[in-house]
Amino acid sequence: MMELLAERGSLFALTGAALIALGFYGFIMRRALIRRLIAFNVIGSGIFLLFGGTGYFDDGVDPVPQALIITGIVVALALTAFAAALAVRLAQSGDDEDENAEAGR
Amino acid sequence: MSLAFDLALCALILGAAGLAVAGRNLFGSVVFYIVYGVLIALAWVSLGAADVALAEAAIGAGVTGVLLIGAWQGMKDAGGLEAEITQSLPVRVLAGLGAAALGGLIGFAILSLPGHEGLTGPVAENQPAVNLGNPVTAVLLSFRAYDTLLETLVLSAALAAVWSLTPAGLWGGIPGPKHTTRPDGVMASFGRLLPPLGLLVAVYLVWAGADQPGGAFQAGTVLAAVWILIVLAGLRDEPRLSSLTLRVIVIAGPLVFLGAALAGALSGLALGYPEGHARTLILIIEYALTLSIAATLALLIAGPARRAP
Amino acid sequence: MSVVEGIIAGLLVLGVFFYVAGTVGLLRFPDTHSRLHALTKADNLGLGFIVIAAGLHWGDGWIAGKLALVWLLTLFAAGMAAQLVARAALKAEGGE
Repeated sequence: MMELLAERGSLFALTGAALIALGFYGFIMRRALIRRLIAFNVIGSGIFLLFGGTGYFDDGVDPVPQALIITGIVVALALTAFAAALAVRLAQSGDDEDENAEAGR
Repeated sequence: MSLAFDLALCALILGAAGLAVAGRNLFGSVVFYIVYGVLIALAWVSLGAADVALAEAAIGAGVTGVLLIGAWQGMKDAGGLEAEITQSLPVRVLAGLGAAALGGLIGFAILSLPGHEGLTGPVAENQPAVNLGNPVTAVLLSFRAYDTLLETLVLSAALAAVWSLTPAGLWGGIPGPKHTTRPDGVMASFGRLLPPLGLLVAVYLVWAGADQPGGAFQAGTVLAAVWILIVLAGLRDEPRLSSLTLRVIVIAGPLVFLGAALAGALSGLALGYPEGHARTLILIIEYALTLSIAATLALLIAGPARRAP
Repeated sequence: MSVVEGIIAGLLVLGVFFYVAGTVGLLRFPDTHSRLHALTKADNLGLGFIVIAAGLHWGDGWIAGKLALVWLLTLFAAGMAAQLVARAALKAEGGE
């Protein structure tokens, strides 16, 4: 185990796996939309770190995963922007989760 | 020594992520997420992936952070911030076990991966054909140009989706509130001082991106930040979203990219570049993309129209 | 360890000292204004020492120049951000 942690790529890949777990927990357990959006982004960057860590060699990270990760960062941002705009619009419409939850009970 | 640094960095990353996800105070969560983004950028530096580090710091921490703060303010103004609820202990234990199992499975999969040689070699072999010194730029704009083309279209689609949330009667209007600052105040002076430097840095990032870390996405983010600063300093107002010039700027980059792909298809190789001209074409595409990415990011942050045209 | 390496190590320790001092101030001071005072003063100085150490370590004029520019920009940004935070805090206290 210590040897694996001493290997830089594996260390960051395993950190990525832990981040995915952490983000998943937040995504299903927290209620505030902004915090779930944060959890979603934590899952995303965990996946990127996992991807980069497994593509790590002694002379740096494989350029193909690097390019895909940059693409992924931008796509995650596009989704976050849309989700944030949706959340604000939802709050403005006054039809927030509280009312839905109460109506459903 | 560098192992100690990596271990401390990973612990800090997990700590910041934990505080962002599990914290009590919502605004505090947003702040910890930004800290987390910067730490992730440091992780990429430690892995020697400077291009990803730049993208993560600028887009992952910077732009996402601004978006989250904006969403927090917007929801607060509308009185729609939800109070957090505490789940019962069994539910928390169950969810914790589920999440731990997920992380454990992924970790196990990572550890049992077969050894592989990666694609560093093939990329290096083919790099002279496109005459670019930065392998990541070569992958982004030539070997996997297809991904990048679709990605720029995803950005435009996200902007269209955000605009589709415009309230009735405001379509084509002006996003955001008008900012006024004292004309000789700190904000206004800073807003006049920084833009020229920001422009220089953005152009440098695209130019250097051909052979060193950098590129259209990082440079576009810097340009978008310059524009946001100008608006915040009250030097210029946001544009009308119905403006044709604005829409042309947003779509110009993807169109130039698509044009190059189609021209390649007509001459026999879709998404390919004619021999000997790859570098020139890629630089033209990168500059056009930089402008479009900058405009799209700035407009994504500004959000849908809030004032009548 | 050569003389230059010794100087670099000394500068780094000095820089980290100011960062620690600033962070202690951030955690211990009672109100926004004094916390800002601790952060901006100490961290900018700490970054200055670390930038000089990094410039010496690389021993390259271009890199040192870029690092100095980074430091200068950080000074401007930190100064402006501190002004804005201070003004917002004043407003929240009803002072303006």
